[in-house]
Amino acid sequence: MGEKKYMLKLYITGYTPRSERAIANLRKICEEELNELYEMVIIDILERPQLAEDEKILATPTLIKDLPPPIRRIIGDLSDTERVLLGLDIRPLSTSRRDKGNDQ
Amino acid sequence: MSSQAETQLIAKLETGIPGFDLISNGGLPLGRTTLVSGTAGSAKTVFAAQFLAEGITQKDEGGVFITFEESPADIRRNMTGFGWRIQQWEEEGKWAFVDASPQPGEEALVVGEYDLGALMARIEHAVQKVGATRVSMDSLGAIFTQLTDSATVRRELFRIASALRQLGVTAIMTAERTQEYGEIARFGVEEFVADNVVILRNILESEKRRRTMEILKFRGTTHQKGEFPFTIISDAGIVAIPLSAIELKQKSSNVRISYGSPELDDMCGGGFFRDSIILVSGATGTGKTLTVTQFMAGGANNDERCLLFAFEESREQLFRNASGWGIDYEQMERDGRLKVICEYPEVMGLEDHLIEMKAIIEAFKPQRVAVDSFSALERVSTIKGFREFVIGLTSFIKHQEMAGLFTSTTPTLLGGTSVTEAHISTITDSIILLRYVEMFGEMRRGITVLKMRGSMHDKDIREFTIDGGGMHIGKPFSNITGILSGRPIHVVPDELARLDNMFGDD
Repeated sequence: MGEKKYMLKLYITGYTPRSERAIANLRKICEEELNELYEMVIIDILERPQLAEDEKILATPTLIKDLPPPIRRIIGDLSDTERVLLGLDIRPLSTSRRDKGNDQ
Repeated sequence: MSSQAETQLIAKLETGIPGFDLISNGGLPLGRTTLVSGTAGSAKTVFAAQFLAEGITQKDEGGVFITFEESPADIRRNMTGFGWRIQQWEEEGKWAFVDASPQPGEEALVVGEYDLGALMARIEHAVQKVGATRVSMDSLGAIFTQLTDSATVRRELFRIASALRQLGVTAIMTAERTQEYGEIARFGVEEFVADNVVILRNILESEKRRRTMEILKFRGTTHQKGEFPFTIISDAGIVAIPLSAIELKQKSSNVRISYGSPELDDMCGGGFFRDSIILVSGATGTGKTLTVTQFMAGGANNDERCLLFAFEESREQLFRNASGWGIDYEQMERDGRLKVICEYPEVMGLEDHLIEMKAIIEAFKPQRVAVDSFSALERVSTIKGFREFVIGLTSFIKHQEMAGLFTSTTPTLLGGTSVTEAHISTITDSIILLRYVEMFGEMRRGITVLKMRGSMHDKDIREFTIDGGGMHIGKPFSNITGILSGRPIHVVPDELARLDNMFGDD
């Protein structure tokens, strides 16, 4: 995997139950799969609407992976870990059950 | 204004879109959201952008444009043709985009539940940034294709619609429909913005495109019913033609003015009224253009400004014809008494003709307007479109208190009427018929005044000739019957005398 660092931004609209759920899900994924090699920022759109405008965020929660390229976007509360990993181009570390998503 | 106070609890916001405020009895319901639905190419985006543009240019009201389909760059570029300087307005803080258009190469994966809270927050932010009173969303269908979970999208759009109401802005949401006459919009979007619905149509009818707009409903307030034609023109955008909203309230004048032919004036009891609409009907070659030419000359001699719309002949032909009858169009034009507009009817749709003609009339401010001929315009439109054109133009001219003279070509040489007459005859004040009369193997010309509102007139059918001095009206065809039906019968003088005696009171 090398020393690639993951740059993750999670956009939420206020700290609603759904936002909290997304934050918890993301934390869990990072801790279990990314081995400390990540930076995670949570942005509340209610406080910084211009950032949402610049990033053209439509739905919340939205997770944006800026680094490593390519940029990926995932909408939703991230409740399905496997699909989130697939969407972020991360091969599961903890569970080496399957080996799909080589070329996503 | 007075009727508004007593009958309407819901106030209206004047949109400034030409014609629309008349159809809608004063504009869009203030502080509400209106759904504007239409098929592809029905000018929904133009309507949405114009709603904001008119607000900025006419009332200095800020606007927010939320785009789900085209990128802001495309919209800025596409709307410059209408003279809307969106980029400049953005810099001046009067217009803000909320760009929710699909971003190329960035397809989002959906994992779990979500809402459109981000979009709502951006809209609120933009509304506050420009102090917007007007909001346009274009178009809702595109968001259903971006986010596939339509139940969530529908729920969220409903929330946005109610949040817009909280913000106190007057909003337009556009939506697609698949058929011109069918369900209101795709994805059932009318369910959450159902209070007010405007439908834009782009119908193909006898191989011609016809745009109409219809207000389907305004909850709790009034509007005009039915479809109204509209057109899209450069430097203006959408221009609606509110026909049934026209009121019959023109003044009338007793001042008589010359036709430019003393004999015809005599037949009409001393000339026509200054603000009347005159129809001249006749077969090809009976002298309609001559009547128009004399009408123009009569105006110029009386120090009036005359405007001629010619759809059949070129400028050169018209000027040559006029000089053949002893009338100097060139001199009249140099004196500023005459303006001649020659155009092929086919260059544009009838709605566009109407708007252009109105604009020219308003700019030139003539006392006399002639159109030669209405029948030529008939062929570029559907019957319905033509009727609307005729009514639109004549009522406009009447309101300006000027005289209008229109010609209509009958399809048959002898007798007959044309479609034009069927549409126009009831709104004209005078009708003059020019007819061929076949007599002993010779074609003669006859003229009669069929109708003249508010005045006595000559009931005879008189013979007239045309020479280098114009039209010369002579004696009545006293021993011919059946001219108007196209079957003239020569009656021997004895029989005529006998008929006279039959009704004489001894």
